[in-house]
Amino acid sequence: MDCGLGILMRRRCDGAVCNAMTRTFPILIVLLAIVAVWYAAAIGMNAQWQNDVYRRGDITNVPATQFVFDTWNQDKPVLPTAHQVFGELWNSTVLVAPNKPRSLLFHAWVTFSATALGFAMGSVLGILLAVLIVHNEAMNRSLMPWIVASQTIPILALAPLIVVIGFNVFTGTLGVPTDPARLISKAIISAYLSFFPVAVGMVKGLRSPEAIQLDLMHTYNASPSQTFWKLRWPASVPFLFASLKVGVAASLVGAIVGELPTGAVAGLGARLLAGSYYSQTVQIWAALVAASILAAVLVLAVALVERLVNKGMGARPA
Amino acid sequence: MTTVVSAQNLGLTFKTNDGDVVALSDVNLSISKGEFVSFIGPSGCGKTTFLRTIADLERPTSGTLTINGQTPENARKDRAYGYVFQAPALYPWRTIEQNVALPLEIMGYSQAQQAERIRRTMELVNLSGFEKKYPWQLSGGMQQRASIARALAFDADLLLMDEPFGALDEIVRDHLNSELLKLWARTQKTICFVTHSIPEAVYLSTKIVVMSPRPGRVTDVIESTLPRERPLDIRETPEFLAIAARVRDGLRAGHSYEETV
Repeated sequence: MDCGLGILMRRRCDGAVCNAMTRTFPILIVLLAIVAVWYAAAIGMNAQWQNDVYRRGDITNVPATQFVFDTWNQDKPVLPTAHQVFGELWNSTVLVAPNKPRSLLFHAWVTFSATALGFAMGSVLGILLAVLIVHNEAMNRSLMPWIVASQTIPILALAPLIVVIGFNVFTGTLGVPTDPARLISKAIISAYLSFFPVAVGMVKGLRSPEAIQLDLMHTYNASPSQTFWKLRWPASVPFLFASLKVGVAASLVGAIVGELPTGAVAGLGARLLAGSYYSQTVQIWAALVAASILAAVLVLAVALVERLVNKGMGARPA
Repeated sequence: MTTVVSAQNLGLTFKTNDGDVVALSDVNLSISKGEFVSFIGPSGCGKTTFLRTIADLERPTSGTLTINGQTPENARKDRAYGYVFQAPALYPWRTIEQNVALPLEIMGYSQAQQAERIRRTMELVNLSGFEKKYPWQLSGGMQQRASIARALAFDADLLLMDEPFGALDEIVRDHLNSELLKLWARTQKTICFVTHSIPEAVYLSTKIVVMSPRPGRVTDVIESTLPRERPLDIRETPEFLAIAARVRDGLRAGHSYEETV
């Protein structure tokens, strides 16, 4: 196979279609291998249940092909197969109105809104902390250890606290309706996870100008705010986007974790939890795939903004 | 002649973990308006430190230093000088004209004034037509010319240049040296120029300050007898070679050739 692939790759190839094929071909091979392993594993992992079913139904002499087909199409398999997962994904997105709780789009939207809000909050917080740390030595010494320490607490332990306390404070003392209160509580967890990479990246980014670039500003007698906006801020942009990509993925994790406790009924996290309550493994997997698609879309969106910004800032085309 | 830079018994000692390092010791020097002064000497002789002290990027620890009769700090706040560093230090996210505009923006020039000054300085360094390019699209020599344009943009009378052509190859360097002389003749600026190169120092300067290390000090000040109009082949004349020999002697007298620590 290696040899065959090599020959295929080396064959003279012209034109855009052919070019795209040589690029996607290796990816397809890997995908094919994953699917093969997946289906093979499904046979093994679902075999015991299938044998139990046959025994209880007094079914004997099942042909091997029938057995394999059955392990791939159970209702509550240990390992659902790809066609089941994507079938469920199809059924719960295209075939259901997006405002119904049955729709994964509805749940993805709920999770996305918490992610986006938390990501925005976390990014702003991270940038502000970085600005303080870079401009003030006392802040540098006092804040940085706490920032690092904040991330050593397992988020799974902290999330229920934030959700319960946040929800009660928002609905009780502040009189916020339940839905926004739930959203803000989840967003706080997202922000808690995403501010960290942004803060650390931006501290590095805001300190990235070289000594002579800072000296230059000094010779112009530039004010600190001029030095910040004309030098430190633009110099930190590459660091900012690297951090934002990590931060947006962390935000999504935070939102999902925030949906796991306290009996949330909406969101991909709630969908995961409900699936595990009722052994709806296909539903769990569909929610997982939906979450990873959402993560990919979010990271790609940040990457797209990064490309536009880079273009505006005259970066050398890669 | 008005004195632009005046140093009396100037000393600067850096405190380091390994003890004190005397970067400058008892420097006495006076630079008049319109002079082209080169500082030459081996690494560690304090030539760059002296330039940075003029620019208020370092503070002297003894003696006095005045620029246009003011303290270095006030002169800096008055934007009395333009500084050209060893590296172009252009901001990669700005086009060449935006880089030249940087000091003008900071100093609060109007858009119209900025445009006029950009046009004039770009012409002065022969970069007209490259205004919209980004630094990475220019060669090293062109980048350094852009950084000179940036230093000239706000019309400071004093130009401080710290080995501006040190990183360039000899062919480009020769070219930029003669360009710099033309620029100096046109603008009538006072230029302080740090270099490692004896031919460069002799070719450019009206005054050559020879320095030596440990401690950093001035060992000789040579007033050049060469005419102000200098074609490149002046470097083969006996007069040129005589000055170069005296510079070399000055460096030797300062033990600059010894490999002692």
